[in-house]
Amino acid sequence: MSILVIADHHNSDLIPVTANVVAAAKAIGGDIHLLVAGADCQAAAEAGAKLDGVSKVLVADNAAYANQLAENTAALVATLGKNYTHILTGATGNGKNFMPRIAALLDVEQISEIISVESADTFKRPIYAGNAIATVQSEDAIKVITVRGTSFDAVADTGSASVEAISEVTDAGLSSFVGEELAASDRPELTAAKVVVSGGRGVGSADKFDIIYKLADKLGGAVGATRAAVDAGYVANDLQVGQTGKIVAPQLYIAAGISGAIQHLAGMKDSKVIVAINKDEEAPIFQVADYGLVADLFDAVPELEGKL
Amino acid sequence: MKVLVAVKRVVDYNVKVRVKADQSDVDLTNVKMSMNPFCEIAVEEAVRLKEKGIATEVIAVSIGPKNAQEQLRTAMALGADRGILVETDEQLGSLAVAKILAKIAEEEQPQVILMGKQSIDTDNNQTTQMLAALAGFSQGAFAAELTVEDGKATVAREIDGGMQTIQINLPAVISADLRLNEPRYAKLPDIMKAKKKPMDTKTPADYGVETASKVKTLKVEPPAERSAGIKVGSVDELVDKLKNEAKVV
Repeated sequence: MSILVIADHHNSDLIPVTANVVAAAKAIGGDIHLLVAGADCQAAAEAGAKLDGVSKVLVADNAAYANQLAENTAALVATLGKNYTHILTGATGNGKNFMPRIAALLDVEQISEIISVESADTFKRPIYAGNAIATVQSEDAIKVITVRGTSFDAVADTGSASVEAISEVTDAGLSSFVGEELAASDRPELTAAKVVVSGGRGVGSADKFDIIYKLADKLGGAVGATRAAVDAGYVANDLQVGQTGKIVAPQLYIAAGISGAIQHLAGMKDSKVIVAINKDEEAPIFQVADYGLVADLFDAVPELEGKL
Repeated sequence: MKVLVAVKRVVDYNVKVRVKADQSDVDLTNVKMSMNPFCEIAVEEAVRLKEKGIATEVIAVSIGPKNAQEQLRTAMALGADRGILVETDEQLGSLAVAKILAKIAEEEQPQVILMGKQSIDTDNNQTTQMLAALAGFSQGAFAAELTVEDGKATVAREIDGGMQTIQINLPAVISADLRLNEPRYAKLPDIMKAKKKPMDTKTPADYGVETASKVKTLKVEPPAERSAGIKVGSVDELVDKLKNEAKVV
């Protein structure tokens, strides 16, 4: 078997989830190649060459791939991918965008967001916001798969793969990049953080979210939020944890002022330790929390920050 | 220009589904069904394009069981002009759905196709991107803002670190993310009027699409349950537990 993993990266660096996807590829077993498609992406390619299990890194370095526009990335992989039995990428914003396009160009189905590899053709994936787990088997000649990074332990960076340039350029000419607004933050990336402190509607305003940020900073963690808090404008949309937002599984997840809607639980219930702080003792979040504290978050969160 | 909007009948988002005892699927007997929430947002955006004078006609399409006509009537009550039901009792995979939609796009020649970014039952998040690939159209997945003018669409997309804005050629397939708009509620007179709007009924065979899936579901299980832990009485007790019992801080 031969597996192509498509790297998620920012050109200048590799996004950590790529190491988790390589772990899923190793679980399938076979020769693993890593594709880095970007522009001035040599640094990402070098980081990729160190991932344990990768035998070769393919680098498509061209302006056409600078912003990972789905049309161009998909056209490239649809050509390259014919040589592989499996094509994998992370179930990230990028992966979810280009991967189904690749699958359709190859006339195969996609298996989205797998959480385990049962065999080379059988995988588990959550459905219905994680309220059920389906075991699916694919008979497609090429298996196109997105991987939930938090379900696989990252491979080490002890490898030394060869790096090979791909000269072929595919610019579909259908789309162009206009601009990007990225939240500047020194905090760890939400899906890779060891600690996540999340706030819900109960926090009440964007200003009051300050106490959530302070506790996260004290713990060296990332900040998350519920859909309600994002919709209310308290925080940016990329902090949403849940069925349709980010899926996190940190060592410690602190939920403050979060009631625990099933759509939110879908995004965090695989966390190792869950702490819930809510003044409503009937809140469903307490049913999944290891430690529940019935208290006003405006008292408890600053006190917790002070005592840690 | 014509705008096509695809809607899916799914379990209502408030329902907590249970797995059948024989582990063949989830149990949807006597469960409330609704339009997929992301599809509602797509319908709203299509109707707004018509209200702005950009779209001349909004066509709603649904692929599913006979009862999916309820969701098409809802789309028409919200402002779609007519409906197409592609009736099938099979649970089609995203690729088959995308192939049927591509055939409909060929017939109807819409400039913009709107759909939800994912359905809350299978959580696949695939059909928009697959349809765009099959039709050779550009794609604007996870749209938070959409502007259509001069034969192009400008789409602000939700991405992992924030927002990305792209400009794409028409025809294009756009998938609605949560914050594209806030869907309106259907008014009673519009619900009555929608009953009289035209609705075609077709089958996948009418479009010559082979619907058999190469991905088989072997088993559906409930997730590993997390048992509720303990309640602590104070922040001091919480800190003690985190440090000495869970050892995570």
